Amino acid sequence: MPIDTALNPSAAPPREIPHAVSPGLWTLAWRRLKTDSVAMVSLAIVAAFILLMIVSGLGLVAKDWAKEVGINYAPPSWITLGATDAPPPALPGGAAEPSVPAGPTPGSAFNSTVVDPLADVIAELKGGKPADAGAAGADDNKVVDPLADVMKDIRSDQAGAKAGPAAEERRATLPFGGDKWGRDIIAKTIKGSETSIFVGLASALVAVFIGTVLGAFAGYYGRWVDDVLNWFYSVFSSIPYLLLILAVAAVLQQKGTFTIVLILGLTGWSGVFRLIRAEYLKHKGREYVMAADALGASHSRKMFLHIFPNVSHVVLVQLSILTVGFIKAEVILSFLGFGVPVDVVSWGSMLNEAQNELILGKWWQLVAATIAMATLVTAFSLFTDALRDALDPKLKGRTSH
Amino acid sequence: MDASDIAIDPLVRIRDLRVTFRIDKHNSFEAVKGISFDIPKNATIALVGESGSGKSVTSLAILGLLPPENTIIDPKSQIIYGGRNIVGMPGSELRALRGADISMIFQEPMTSLNPVFTVGFQLEEVLRLHMGLSGAAARKRSIALLQEVGIPEPERSVDKFPSQMSGGQQQRVMIAMAIACEPKLLIADEPTTALDVTIQKQILDLIAALQKKHQMSVLFITHDLAVVGEIADRVVVMRNGEIREQGPARQVFENPQDTYTKALLKCRPQIDRRPARLPVIDDFMTGDGRGPTDIPERARGLNPGDKTVLEVKNLGKSFFSREGIFGKREFKAVKDVSFTLAKGKTLGLVGESGSGKTTVGLTLMRLHEATTGEALFDGRDILAMSPREFMQYKRRIQIIFQNPYASLNPRFIVGQILTEPMQIHGIGNNAQERTELAFELLNKVGLPEVSFYKYPHEFSGGQRQRIAIARCLTLKPDILICDESVSALDVSVQAQVLNLLQDLQAEYALSYIFISHDLAVVKYISDQVMVMNEGEIVEIANSDEIYRNPREPYTKRLLASIPKGWHPGQVRA
Repeated sequence: MPIDTALNPSAAPPREIPHAVSPGLWTLAWRRLKTDSVAMVSLAIVAAFILLMIVSGLGLVAKDWAKEVGINYAPPSWITLGATDAPPPALPGGAAEPSVPAGPTPGSAFNSTVVDPLADVIAELKGGKPADAGAAGADDNKVVDPLADVMKDIRSDQAGAKAGPAAEERRATLPFGGDKWGRDIIAKTIKGSETSIFVGLASALVAVFIGTVLGAFAGYYGRWVDDVLNWFYSVFSSIPYLLLILAVAAVLQQKGTFTIVLILGLTGWSGVFRLIRAEYLKHKGREYVMAADALGASHSRKMFLHIFPNVSHVVLVQLSILTVGFIKAEVILSFLGFGVPVDVVSWGSMLNEAQNELILGKWWQLVAATIAMATLVTAFSLFTDALRDALDPKLKGRTSH
Repeated sequence: MDASDIAIDPLVRIRDLRVTFRIDKHNSFEAVKGISFDIPKNATIALVGESGSGKSVTSLAILGLLPPENTIIDPKSQIIYGGRNIVGMPGSELRALRGADISMIFQEPMTSLNPVFTVGFQLEEVLRLHMGLSGAAARKRSIALLQEVGIPEPERSVDKFPSQMSGGQQQRVMIAMAIACEPKLLIADEPTTALDVTIQKQILDLIAALQKKHQMSVLFITHDLAVVGEIADRVVVMRNGEIREQGPARQVFENPQDTYTKALLKCRPQIDRRPARLPVIDDFMTGDGRGPTDIPERARGLNPGDKTVLEVKNLGKSFFSREGIFGKREFKAVKDVSFTLAKGKTLGLVGESGSGKTTVGLTLMRLHEATTGEALFDGRDILAMSPREFMQYKRRIQIIFQNPYASLNPRFIVGQILTEPMQIHGIGNNAQERTELAFELLNKVGLPEVSFYKYPHEFSGGQRQRIAIARCLTLKPDILICDESVSALDVSVQAQVLNLLQDLQAEYALSYIFISHDLAVVKYISDQVMVMNEGEIVEIANSDEIYRNPREPYTKRLLASIPKGWHPGQVRA
């Protein structure tokens, strides 16, 4: 008994007699799952994506995804065009984009020729004097350009950036294409997958944890505990979902991956709560729990040692259903602009950029994000279905009549 | 009915029926291994066997109801009805046959009727589908059918929902549906197993009367030989998918040829005898097949000098259901129950469902809070003490539940199940001692030590009940409450568990409160019997006394409904 030995570390190990290890429910479920080829392929895909997420999170791949390796909107091509034999940074597709190096940080306002937008107005106010942007700070007429300091900063920044690695050579085509700033789409998709899968998994864990704990308490204790938690649940679920997300976002006061995880986790627990509550209601009347009660087991022992392992398959299935749901929710949130901040890439933010690009005929970012998302979500859903079948409690013990 | 006229033109002729279930790609399980028997016209034939004998599979094969996706019926099998083979018959023809010519009554009337329709609607549906009756005619026929199966006030009952009827009435409705189209064959699959003894008696009488009246054939499937003794003309005994013996009832009961049949007849406790040890199947299957002889009788009953271990005074338990907004209605499940339990003795608690016998057990364990009364254990009232104080007493009073499939946590290995109570109560100083104690107890209840590492689902029902007993024994209790502990077990396994309980009682001087609806079992194992009805004690007396001269009319009625088995002129060895 692991618990027992943990309590008495000094005790001699119990006598072992030779035995074959009996398959528990998980082993049996795993055996059943292994016979399902669809499930195994799906599991391999999901595992590959999660591995990719970990590897990317550790910085082993797609570390410098933000590096502008290609020209703006580099088209996808497998024939490598070196920077030298490439045409000068002409713009394929004929976009009216100035051919100057991009801004220093990918997320910053895209601007190359720095023009004070107020310069003309100020000049006019100053009485027709020719506008001299450099000396527009203050003059006799006390007309002050409010942007003067900002403009100065921007200009000095740009000067610094130009002195930096701006001169690096950039390729005309990339294997899977480039985005607006010429970043490699494949690296960007890997980085986006990392964010999206992490958000999906982490927020599903948060939601399942909250839902399971509250559901266990409500179902196990019943009476007023159940009433209070049910009222809380009912109030919670009466608020429209998007409004709730905006409210949580407003309270948390900052944009970030962590915020998205919290938003989705704090709003998504209600389904799990209901299911786990029902499971606990059902199980607490079962004879094995009554037997534990008769033996003198405490409430927490009954709740977590006896009942929880018997409902854990429900939790697992809920976890995978929610992960799929939250990956999609993150995409929708980011697409709507409530999602990850601008300096973080996710599938949702990629799709958000793609809506402008598509007008220009730049389809590759859309395709990359869509394929990655569709593959994972489909594989995950198929795996969840197979998992649910494999854990079917009907097969737990064959009862006869 | 004689053996000679059976073979001539039977209603159904079953030849070499072989049914195999696919478990997965590589494994399959042969449930019925090439059996042959006839169902004669206008007769009741009983198919008897324990769980896993293939009796229900056989009946489903006759109806063509086996799930086609995982069953293989050997193509050489024949189930000839009306000159045609049911095996391989297309679905549409089968459906026409079912309901009209062959119909079935299932075990659980509560789940066989659709709860959202009135019984009249469900009866009329059968009549519409198979007899082409409609409207007023169907309703009139439904009322007549309800009358025929003995439902009181059929004109009013026809509009009742199943939940408004008792279990016995629901089973009567099921029978009405089954005979609605005047079938030639009625298959009854354990139709009385879920019912109380008094109701069981009525249903058996009803089936027998209907069989005579409509001149139909009845295939009666049961695990209980005693039940069929009263109604069957022929008996077929099955075990592990094979027929062990078949013949006219008189021959099977009076002069059984097969050792298994002999064992089945012997291992069920009989009301008029009390061998010190019940014979079990193995006693017959090994050796010369005659089984043990000359088992001494065991004396049961209270002696004046017996030490009292538990004294219950005026125990009462009420349940409250909400009524209206503020009101609540009281339901008294147990009223003013008082008794004493002697050390090393068994108190049998009998009654029908709803009599409050289980509530008494659960209240004594404090799994229910008692409403009134006290229970003195060593002079201390265990019902009034604080939960902390009661922990000391929990060790000494333990319970074994009815369903061994439900009372063991499926996610624990047997070792965990056995060592957990020791951990909770601090028995044994370390894991090693507890493991040793668990091994010892497994030996004691007759299970190999390797069982320690297995999960409950790897054991049969009887073995699981042994594990549940071993779990209680870890705490070395003084009192063991057995709540229908052998009711869910097969007859042969039931005998083994009863023997085990008696051995343990002798060894540890355990006191049992043995709760059961099975009067024969209670008579066998009890020193004192307490009969309960509607929450009250009807009668309490020494067990031999109460069975010999019951004083109260209710006890008399209860005893009269025990299935007598085969009693031709009461000749008995």
